[in-house]
Amino acid sequence: MSLSPTAGLRHTGSLFALALDVLRTLPRRPFQAREFIQQAWFVAGVTILPTALVSIPFGAVIALQIGSLTRQLGAQSFSGAASVLAVLREASPIVTALLIAGAGGSAICADLGARKIREEIDAMEVLGIDPIHRLVVPRVLASMAVAVLLNGLVSVVGVAGGYFFNVVLQHGTPGAYLASFTTLAQLPDLWTAELKALVFGAIAAIVASYKGLTAKGGPKGVGDAVNQSVVITFMLLFVTNFVMTAVYFQVVPQRG
Amino acid sequence: MGVEICVEGLTKSFGHQVIWRDVSLTLPAGEISVMLGPSGTGKSVFLKTLVGLLKPDRGSITIAGRDITRLREHDLYEVRKLFGVLFQDGALFGSMDLYDNIAFPLREHTRKPESEIRRIVLEKMDMVGLIGAERKLPGEISGGMRKRAGLARALVLDPEIILFDEPDSGLDPVRVAYLNQLIVDLNAQINATFLIVTHDIASARQVPDNIGLLFRRELVMFGPRQVLLDSDEPVVGQFLNGRMQGPIGMAEEKDAAQVEQELAELGAGHRRGPQGGKGATGAGVTPRLLPSPGIVRPPRWQDIADRESGPRAREGADL
Repeated sequence: MSLSPTAGLRHTGSLFALALDVLRTLPRRPFQAREFIQQAWFVAGVTILPTALVSIPFGAVIALQIGSLTRQLGAQSFSGAASVLAVLREASPIVTALLIAGAGGSAICADLGARKIREEIDAMEVLGIDPIHRLVVPRVLASMAVAVLLNGLVSVVGVAGGYFFNVVLQHGTPGAYLASFTTLAQLPDLWTAELKALVFGAIAAIVASYKGLTAKGGPKGVGDAVNQSVVITFMLLFVTNFVMTAVYFQVVPQRG
Repeated sequence: MGVEICVEGLTKSFGHQVIWRDVSLTLPAGEISVMLGPSGTGKSVFLKTLVGLLKPDRGSITIAGRDITRLREHDLYEVRKLFGVLFQDGALFGSMDLYDNIAFPLREHTRKPESEIRRIVLEKMDMVGLIGAERKLPGEISGGMRKRAGLARALVLDPEIILFDEPDSGLDPVRVAYLNQLIVDLNAQINATFLIVTHDIASARQVPDNIGLLFRRELVMFGPRQVLLDSDEPVVGQFLNGRMQGPIGMAEEKDAAQVEQELAELGAGHRRGPQGGKGATGAGVTPRLLPSPGIVRPPRWQDIADRESGPRAREGADL
């Protein structure tokens, strides 16, 4: 990365230009269904197992924290409500964001970066094929679809993990835990989480594609691109998460 | 067949570093041209600018009546269908085998049935001698095979213009000879406009109709082959003979006084240093490479063959 003050701005501009290009290319036919399915399979393949393995301890940590907090406050009957809320609203979008950026995005970036430095992308353009239409759009859509599904997976595994730790290990009452599920959480929480996952998937894939398509300087350049893509995606996802959460509280009336 | 490429006042720089400035030349339709230049003079950049992968700072490139430096992206993709480009390492898609690689442009751009695609792909693979390697992945074959596969892929859409980025780099002399013959045969068969970017002097002496030389951030000379081979221009002479004496140094340029002295030595007939490294054949007349006997020669090649067998060539044979 160059250190000139305008370089950062230029990269930001190019990144947004790519995002706009993706949006503009989205409706163009023929839709690359084959590439989309391959990529969705690929992204799912690299993310499902780590996601499941991350969300179990994540759900457990939340259950432990909430279990002890509710006991201190004397509100054990709300432990189920609070842990569902925590998992659904924040934990699952965050875990999805980490995995989709760390596993999915880095894989997309490495793949495109390797193609870029082998001149495959140039060759494709010269053959009259737009790499954004052929490669980037299917990847963005695949990453979005997988992110939504992952978010569902994390929610289920997180809630199940929370139940297990709270009821089995902390000796909570199963009935109270389950009964309080819907006292605080509501359906819009789930929709918001899925919407977040959708946006995270898009951002992760666009940043990864941008970094991959602009990789230069041989194999080391690809390594650098992957590294930067993960870091940039993390930052963007956490900022986006904050903004979307803030908007959510303004828009959706809360229970209780 | 074949399309003329007209380049005018082309300038390209990366940041403050000027790659070349004010390059003007015309690649005549259907002819073979070679662009020479020491390593690092922006030959590959020139080639990428021609296909619109890089935008020049100034100047125009006119192909089939359209200035590709000012085209919208969508139109640019249309114009690119005229091109076939052979990249340095073939630039094959690593995830596909050779057959799918070569079939790729057909599947993307045409609605031909699979049987028709198969016929075309096998025909092109036969042309470059790759029959039997259809199911190999690019990672499993040698550099020379990758290059030939890249060439086959560049040929499937019957391009009007074919650009070669260092077709001889990383190949042994025998394969270079075969590839040169293949280039000449192709030109006789499909009549497309060829541009070869290289620093192999042997190829440059035998293959093209026209030669250009890039040095010191500009186009030193562009013209018919014989004009450059006979040229008195020190840079051209040094490069085409692969000498150490002359304006080109190890690190791009030499100081003026040293160049002066070396040229004086040369003028007095003192040649020192190794006799031309890569493919240089020294002074004298180099016969033009002609299409293989089996190939039907179009009128243009018939004329060239007649000229080659004229008095000049016989004089060369006597030496």
